[in-house]
Amino acid sequence: MTAITRDQVAHLAALAHIEMDETELESMSSELDGIVGAVQSVSAAPIDDVPPTSHPLPLSNAFREDVVGETLTNDEALNNAPDAEDGQFKVPAILDED
Amino acid sequence: MSDEILSFDEAMAKYDPVLGFEVHVELNTKTKMFDDAPNAFGDEPNTNITPVSLGLPGVLPKVNGTAVESAIKLGLALGCDIAPVSHFARKNYFYPDTPKNFQTSQYDEPIAENGSVDIELEDGTQFTVEIERAHMEEDAGKLSHKGGAGRIQGAEYSLVDYNRSGVPLIEIVTRPIRGAGERAPELAKAYVKAIREIVKNLGISDARMERGNVRCDANVSLSPKGSETLGTRTETKNVNSMRAVERAVRYEICRHAAVLDAGEQIVQETRHWHEDTRETTSGRPKSDADDYRYFPEPDLVPVVTNAEWIERLRAELPEPPAERRRRLQADWGYSDEEFRDVVNAGVMTEIEETIAAGASASVARKWWMGEISRLAKVREIDPGDLGASPETVVELDGLIQEGKINDKIARQVLEHVVDGEGTPGEVVEKRGLAVVSDEGELSSAVDDALASMPDVAEKIRGGKVQAAGAVVGQVMKATRGQADAARVRELILEKLGVEG
Repeated sequence: MTAITRDQVAHLAALAHIEMDETELESMSSELDGIVGAVQSVSAAPIDDVPPTSHPLPLSNAFREDVVGETLTNDEALNNAPDAEDGQFKVPAILDED
Repeated sequence: MSDEILSFDEAMAKYDPVLGFEVHVELNTKTKMFDDAPNAFGDEPNTNITPVSLGLPGVLPKVNGTAVESAIKLGLALGCDIAPVSHFARKNYFYPDTPKNFQTSQYDEPIAENGSVDIELEDGTQFTVEIERAHMEEDAGKLSHKGGAGRIQGAEYSLVDYNRSGVPLIEIVTRPIRGAGERAPELAKAYVKAIREIVKNLGISDARMERGNVRCDANVSLSPKGSETLGTRTETKNVNSMRAVERAVRYEICRHAAVLDAGEQIVQETRHWHEDTRETTSGRPKSDADDYRYFPEPDLVPVVTNAEWIERLRAELPEPPAERRRRLQADWGYSDEEFRDVVNAGVMTEIEETIAAGASASVARKWWMGEISRLAKVREIDPGDLGASPETVVELDGLIQEGKINDKIARQVLEHVVDGEGTPGEVVEKRGLAVVSDEGELSSAVDDALASMPDVAEKIRGGKVQAAGAVVGQVMKATRGQADAARVRELILEKLGVEG
């Protein structure tokens, strides 16, 4: 049974803005399908009475006081920016790809 | 290129509009939702940020407890159920305003669900808008498009300021609103106004629309008149004033009607409102972009509430604005029209405080809607900012009641008070504005006036009592308006031996 198809991978690649050629799509879908198949046995587990787990630790309400802490300087903030202008991050035209 | 639209009346004759709103409220917490960078407006770009705001590798978010309490308070004010357990989720999308490539939001377990809010239109008509949910999330950075016309279309590149990235937001989502008919645009405006008032009243947001503290996405669809079938909807973004919400909804109703009339289909899409041309234009189609691949945020633990916590917050809630208005109007005995004028003039709280300070409801209204509003208008400020306090009004009225000053003088005294010359009593004292109550002084002023106008005196003696007005005027002038006009009149008639 195929769980992950080539088209699903193509769709995910598009959502993630990752360019993949036909060979990559084929190999990736087959690899992902293998992984899903390997863990498929968990779907046989009786989980009707088990609430979904969203976090491995049994913690809740980890809150922070609303107090201002240290911030980065503008120079520090832009230190790793590929491009910057007027203290701001400079990014390529957003609608260029359309 | 603008779309064909139908007139509003034609659209209403054939279709029933169905509305839906997503209102984003920026909280006024000191820090951001998931990190301790300042939540502040108008600072130098990219200075209110931490590695978390930038989504740098390895950073961990931590939830702002105050923001959670604000969300619970808002949920309670909207009559929602507060979730016993609520989770954060990642909403994945790729856009430069979000450095992490996901927005931390809530998905299937929001903090508040199933509420409603009563909306009153300007003429008093009531609507109930049902709230589907209110959830916590974070704001995105601010983009400035460079080149072209400064718009995203045709821009050469964009600049990003992440100061706003991570500012706490609550998104309030309504259920579809049917039955508004031709009142739909008004209802849209009134709904946003009501939400703004609620969050302001709760003190959880500055609620300044011009700063984007409250932002509205308006969903519009049309059903054929009398039909229950929902039409295809469009979502109009970028409507950032109450008037714009009203206009955008009206425009979309007229545009949808024209498309449907031409036998075409509405494209489900995002539309952008342009205040300058008062039109919407097509944004991206919804289909693909809506695939956000939500999943539970693994770096944050659930928010778990209990009755004790919720009841403590409920006890802190201020009286809801609509209830407060009903209570005050009943207490003060104002007519609907009088009360609406007071609300629209923005002096309801001032009147409330003035009455609490000892004035009667009618005296408080007389001053705040009268001379104080007039002076404020001349000076182009809000009445509340003029510098007239509730105590000023109470003292002015007291001086009038005691006969120390008359209405006209009292208005002059007010102006001196707001100019910082002291309390009304001090102004009257310093400027010598008290009514001349010294009978001797008044008597000689009357004598002088009668002597200066013998022909008038003769007429009065002859029975033309109404001619006394001219003499009164003369005396008032001589006493710089500080005499008690009624007493002056009595004196004139006495002296001339005429019956009043």
